[in-house]
This record gives sequence, C-alpha cells and structure tokens, in this order.
Amino acid sequence: MRKIAVAKLDALFAAMAKTHTVYLPADGADGRAQYTRWEAGVVYSTALNTVRSAKDFFFPQTENLMDFKMEGKSIELIDTRDEGEDFIVFGVRACDVRSFDVLDRVFLAEPVDSYYAARRAHGVIFSMACTRPAETCFCKTFGIDAAEPAGDVACYIDADTLYLDAKTEKGEAVLAALGLEDSDTAAVDAQKALIRERLDALPLSGLSAAAFGGDKLDEYFERPEWKTLSETCLGCGTCTFVCPTCQCYDIRDFKTNTGVRRYRCWDSCMYSEFTKMSAGQPRLTQLERFRQRFMHKLVYYPANNDGIFGCVGCGRCLSRCPISMNIVKVMKTLGGKNV
Amino acid sequence: MTYRQEPLMPKIGVVTDIRIDTPDVKTFRVVTPDGKKAFEHKPGQCAMLSIPGVGEAMFSITSSPTNTEYMEFSIKKCGCLTDWLHAMEPGQQITIRGPYGNGFPVDTEFVGKNMLFIAGGIGLAPLRSVINYVRHYRDRYGKIDIVYGSRSKDDLVDYNEIIHEWATDAGVSVHLTIDREQEGWDGHVGFVPNYVKELGFDTDKIAILCGPPIMIKFTLQGLMDLGFDKTQVYTTLEMRMKCGIGKCGRCNVANKYICKDGPVFRFDALDELPDEY
Amino acid sequence: MQALTREVLLDRAKALFADGTVDRAYGWKRGEFDYDVTPGLFRSVEEMEKEFVFDDFCGANFSKYLVEETRKGEGKILVFLKPCDTYSFNQLLTEHRFDREKVYAVGIPCEGMADVTKLKAEAAEGIRSITAEKEGFVVHTLYDGDKTVPRTEGLSERCLVCKSKKHVAYDELLGEDGEVADSARFDEVARLEAMNADERFAFWQRELSRCIRCNACRDVCPACTCETCVFNNPNSGVESKAPVTSFEEQMFHIIRAFHVAGRCTDCGECSRVCPQHIPLHLLNRKFIKDINAFYGEYQAGAEVGSRAPLVNYTTADLEPGEAVQRGNEHA
Repeated sequence: MRKIAVAKLDALFAAMAKTHTVYLPADGADGRAQYTRWEAGVVYSTALNTVRSAKDFFFPQTENLMDFKMEGKSIELIDTRDEGEDFIVFGVRACDVRSFDVLDRVFLAEPVDSYYAARRAHGVIFSMACTRPAETCFCKTFGIDAAEPAGDVACYIDADTLYLDAKTEKGEAVLAALGLEDSDTAAVDAQKALIRERLDALPLSGLSAAAFGGDKLDEYFERPEWKTLSETCLGCGTCTFVCPTCQCYDIRDFKTNTGVRRYRCWDSCMYSEFTKMSAGQPRLTQLERFRQRFMHKLVYYPANNDGIFGCVGCGRCLSRCPISMNIVKVMKTLGGKNV
Repeated sequence: MTYRQEPLMPKIGVVTDIRIDTPDVKTFRVVTPDGKKAFEHKPGQCAMLSIPGVGEAMFSITSSPTNTEYMEFSIKKCGCLTDWLHAMEPGQQITIRGPYGNGFPVDTEFVGKNMLFIAGGIGLAPLRSVINYVRHYRDRYGKIDIVYGSRSKDDLVDYNEIIHEWATDAGVSVHLTIDREQEGWDGHVGFVPNYVKELGFDTDKIAILCGPPIMIKFTLQGLMDLGFDKTQVYTTLEMRMKCGIGKCGRCNVANKYICKDGPVFRFDALDELPDEY
Repeated sequence: MQALTREVLLDRAKALFADGTVDRAYGWKRGEFDYDVTPGLFRSVEEMEKEFVFDDFCGANFSKYLVEETRKGEGKILVFLKPCDTYSFNQLLTEHRFDREKVYAVGIPCEGMADVTKLKAEAAEGIRSITAEKEGFVVHTLYDGDKTVPRTEGLSERCLVCKSKKHVAYDELLGEDGEVADSARFDEVARLEAMNADERFAFWQRELSRCIRCNACRDVCPACTCETCVFNNPNSGVESKAPVTSFEEQMFHIIRAFHVAGRCTDCGECSRVCPQHIPLHLLNRKFIKDINAFYGEYQAGAEVGSRAPLVNYTTADLEPGEAVQRGNEHA
C-alpha cells in the first residue's frame, strides 16, 4: 500500500497525466458530480456518485463505428478505429467497478467487440472506497464490498491522506511509476471496518437477491404484479441510461457531407420502437418492456453468466426515475418476504 | 497496433443479379467484388445486409451452402431498407456480414430422416436453403415432402425451381396450395394448415415450419393432431436485430438471443421461452 | 406541510369507491423512503389504505395518464388534482385528448412540493428520513444528525414561483381554493434575456450538453401527447435516441419547446423529471412570456376551449417584422 497527502492530489493527477489521460468526478455547473477530464484547476469531487455512470468510458453513449464513401454503385468501407490512448479513471465506486465485469461478459464474449475491448485495454481503474454510502445504496445485495472495491488500484481517503492499493499488475505498474511513499495498512483497515459497519446500517442492507436468479423464469414472468409496477412507467430511458450495466445499443447511419457514418448509440428496452419491426411488435405494451428490463437484470443475465446479477446496487435508478419506480421496489414486490 | 477483427464491420458485396419472384419479392444474388462468396454458412443462418445511409437488417440466406459460387437472398418489400433494395439495379454494391445464428441441424439431427417442409409466403426463403442442401446430399436423407402455400400463384416464390427442379426429383413430393381460386391454377386451394391435415402425413419424419405467425400456430396444432411430437418440429424466428452477435439486446427473449441462439428452434425448446417473439 | 392530510383524501376516496362514483383512482404511492413517491393507479380501497400517501413529495401530475386510462373500462377514474395539475387537465380537454365523463376530479390544495435533490444537496448524502415541520424540512441524515432545511429552500423551483393556487377544473374541491398568484416565474427568463447572445448560448450549451436523450421530459409532458412522436418515427428522418452531434442535442429541446408553445401550461414536470437537472421549463417560459408580450396575457389551460394566440389569427396580431426587429435587438 502507498500513500500521498490529499493536499498533494493535484500533483498526483499531474504526474498521472504525463502518461495517461485522467478522468475523475468533479462537480459540474449544476453542482452535481460528473466524470471530467482532469486538467489544472479541476477539483476531485468526493460526492458519492456521478449522475452518469462510468460505463461511458468503455461503452460511450455514441461512438463512430466506421465510415462509408458511396460513389455511383460502389461503396468504400473506411475503418475509422484509432489507436486510442491510455487513460485512468479515478474515483470509481465499487458498484461501478463491478459494472465493468457485467459489461465485459457481454462485450468481451466471442465475438469480441473490438471497440469496447480496445478501451478496456487502455483503461486503468482507480476505485474509491465509500465512507458515506447513501440510503439508496444496495451493492451488498449483489455481493459487492464497498469497503474493498475492486479495480486496478483501490483508493481510500482517510482524513488528510489518500491510500492507494494496487490490485492488478496494470495498477501496480502505474503506481510504481508515480514514486509514492509506502504505507502500512492500519488507517485503511480501520476505515474498512467503519465502512462495513455503515453498510450494515443502511436501510437497504437487508435486501436479498436470493429469490432471483437464472432459474426463476417461470416463477416471475407471468406474475400479475408486473401490471401495477409498470402501470405509470413513462417509457422514458432514464433508468437504462443512468444504469451502469444496461448495455443495449442501436446501430444507425448518419449522412455526412462526404459519405455515411455508421455509429452506435445507447438504446433502451423501455422504448416502444426497440423491438418494433415491419412484421410486428413482440412487446406491445409498456408492461412487457418494463418486465424485460427487470427480468433481464434479475433472471436472464444470471442465467447466462454463472449466476451474476445484472444489477450492481448503485442506486442511480432509485434517485433518477421520474416516477420513483425502481429495481428495489420490483424485487420487494415480486420476492415478498424472501427479499 | 493491429486491430482484432470487428464483428460489426461488414464486407462489401456486389448484387450481380436480381430476379423478380412475385409482385413484392425479389431474389438478390450477392458476391464479393472479386466474384467470390462473402462467407460460408449453414442452412438456416442469416446475414446482415445494408445500404449505408439507409439501414442494415437481418435476412435469412436463401441459397444453399452447396452453391459454391454465390449467395442468394429472397427479400419481401416491407420497409425502408427493403424498398431501397427492390429499387436497386444489378451491379450495385451493398454491405454484408455474417453468418449469424445457429442454422438447422442438417448434419446431425436431420441425417437419415424423412423431411417435411412446410412454408407460407416469404417463409420459404429460409427453408429453400435447407431444401436445396438436402437435395444436394440426397442419399443422406429419406423421403422429402414440401408443402408450400401462398396468397396466389403469383406469390409463390421461384415457382420455376419448385416445378422444374424440386418436383422432378426422385423421392421429393411437392404439394402447392394457394389461398383462393385463381384462373390458370388447377392445384390445391386452401390454407396451409388445413392442407397439411388433409395430406395427413405419417409421423416418421422431421417437420420444419416457416411462415406468418398465424400459419405456424395452426400448422403446429395440425401436426400435433396428426401425432407429431414437438421434438420433431422446427421453425425459424424473426426478431428485430441490430448486432447479430447477441449483444445489442434487441432480440433477447428470456436468456436466449434469437440472433445467436436461434433463429432456428425446436418447438419443445420454444415452449420454454415466454411468448415474446 | 400540506393543508390536507392523507386521511382526508383517503376518506373521500373511500366514499367515492363505496357509492360507485369511481372504480379506480390515481393517487401517490408510498415509496421505500419518505421521498420516493410513485404515481399509481389504485383499484380498491384496500390498496389505497395500504399504499396511498399525500405529503410534500407528491409532485407527479396525473393529467397525462388520463389520455390512456380513460380509453379503458367503463367506470370513472378518480384523480386528485393540485391547482397546477388542473391547468394541464383543462389543456388536454381543450385538445380533446380524453373523455371528461370518464373522470371524477377532486381538487386539492397544495402548499408546494419538495425538490428532493435540493434536500439531498442541503443535507449531504445519506437520508434516513425526512419530516415536514413548521420550520421546514427536517432531514434525519445517516451520518450528520438532523438538519433543518427551511421550506423555501427545500421546495421545487416551480412551487416557489407558483403561478396559481386556484383550481381551474374539478368536480369537487377538498379544502380551500386559492387565488391566481402574482408570480415571479419570469424573473429567470428576464435574466437570460438580459444576457448577450454569446452568454445566453454558453448558458444553454452548458445546460443542454448534459442531456442524455432519455426523453423523460417529453414522456412526462402533458402537452406532448402525439400517439407517435416524430422523434420515434423511423420514417421521419429525424428519429434518434442519442445525439449524433451537439447540434442535434440542443435542437431537440428547442424543437420540443416550439411544439408545445401556446399549449404548455408551465406545469414544470419536464424539469422535475430531468435526471440531469436541465432547467427545461425556462425554454417554455420564454415562449409564454413572449406570447404574453406579443398577443396579450394568455394562460394555457386556464379555461377549456380557449383559443391559443398562436393558432388564433386576429388582425391585431404581431407583424412578423416586429418579431424580427425584436430578435435583432436581443442578438
């Protein structure tokens, strides 16, 4: 474990920035934290979490896939992928770090998505332990330990000191180059104990996902509660867009002045046109679309991924849904006493 | 840095021939610019075709893998991209990527079996690939029955091949039907599900269904009434798809991705999926 | 604190269910915490007894839900309407979007609704519970003890500049009706108008650049009731879920503001639901302010059947030249 004074954070970021582009949460104009590219003057925000998740770094809201030049009857395909650059994302919470595993299992499964894979290869994750988890936090439900965040380097801020603990070779390589002071683990150990105590005291600390899983299709699919749960859903994409694990996308073409650009953008299973095709619409009402989202997180995803759930308990949907409907309410309604 | 292969990156294809099959179905012959097949495939697999700037969509590959020269796609005009394809002239380039999906188990479960193909309208497109594959390796399979129905005689896709090639093969019986009486048609008239029941097939065979949902529903019921078991009946599904590789989420039904785990399903497996396809 | 308690509303609902006036009711449902109230449709008194709430966190406006729900079933739907909700209700009726006969509207007074984001910001993360007291919202935090947020600092912006405490539509009224307020709601618009074009552009660029195109503003908007939105129509040529360019991202909100101009009642739902806290209502208010200035005072939804100035030609209408001139002055 290494350490540096919090007062010297700027110097640390400057040192990192010599070899990596550095992104960290900073309070935006609206007073809420969002991942921002570090440059002199950008201040690290200790806010618990960003409005948008960290998935943008690997799976951005829009990204160009390729260009086409059309001439007469011919088409030329232009590979616009670039080298990419090494980058560090600093201050990622344990929930968001787990979300990368969830996304990996989709994008890095064969056939590998090269755009995502390139970003993953370039990215170094500095996670941050949560000393003040909020009432909307329920990462523990999914076996995530906010006191021991994963990532390439796990960070802890205790009083005036930032502690950094390399978790991977990649993380160790970055830390080694920064020439930081070594440290014992006493302060961090004490903080871990405090965090675990706080996690246990959260209102959602008892929430269990044990009633859900890959083998529960028949148990939940036809449940009548879906109707009341989804009844006032606006069908907007807020939950899917702030969600760190939602990974549905659309591929679209955009006519530029010189040709056609094919790009990928986030899509949402909550949208009516998501599954619409000329031959019909398999999910006719918002009930089916709403059910799809939660069944995917709680049943379908675990069925395909060794029981891992497609939710990390970050709580973003709890605070952002326009009608305050969310996965916790769904789990409690469907799972009853078992949740 | 050398890039790994990107599954979303298509190849360029040239449409070398366009055959008008019916008032709203055309069959497109596609090769690469150097005149080869874009890729090898199994019967029942699909490909993503696109006109950049218009759209990209999944189509079943109509030609058989045994065709070593080119691929064919029978496409019904029913939307933006297909309108564009139908307006196209030979020599036009498109993009193509694939193959996608599981395909029919022609080299495993089908081997040695009698085969019953049942198609309605454009539903023949994915079955044509299997039919011609099975005809090519004729001695590997038993007796072949083909039931094909359409709204009218004019809507039977590639009538010529059906009449002059399939119907003349040894051990192949072709049963055509159209929905309503029509001048110049002395064949069977009536809907496919009823015709199947009238023909009353023995259950010593594999059945493959493809067509509109309502046809599939009633034909499957008809086969059940004839004593078929769901493990003997296959179909191929259609869902909206964007990636073709089980990632974009659009064709997800329960834990299956139709583009990757399908589009071919046996009905006993379909029974385990919720009715969202 | 609201003037009426949950029990008053609940008792009235029970009576209306009991005498057969209504067979379902729109009301607010208790959440996990004190503040995450969900708008819901109740089908029985038992459901309401269990889950119905009415407090300072019941901001959701039910008017738009009536468009869909009135097409279902034969019975009447009970809906509780706060004063601002009644304007949306009337505007939808003006546009013939639902059958008035299928609805039983109960007007309820409103003392303003809380903005949870403000409370969270004032009291840091980690809220155990929130109680509304005379002196303001008392936030019982997880880590910092109790914090009192004065009511004026915890209320939604739209409530702080409430345009009307008067109900413009109801079948019956619970409690006292209020008056149309002399609201300061255009002050912020005036501040933006006072900026030069570059400053104003920078302001909107900064705000709109946070947009994630979730479409929540459109989906909640009682003025956005097209069966299929042009932005969802694959054949429109403008269908898009995510911005290709920042230009498009900015245009989406401006186009939407144009589409609802003259019909927007300034209910403020767009800004309430925005996950990125973009003050979208300011775009709409700018239109309302201009319409008032150009065509005379007009409040959409104030009365059913009123002709909105933009769709009601009169010889006294503003000449296009005047608008151009005015635009040049603000450039």
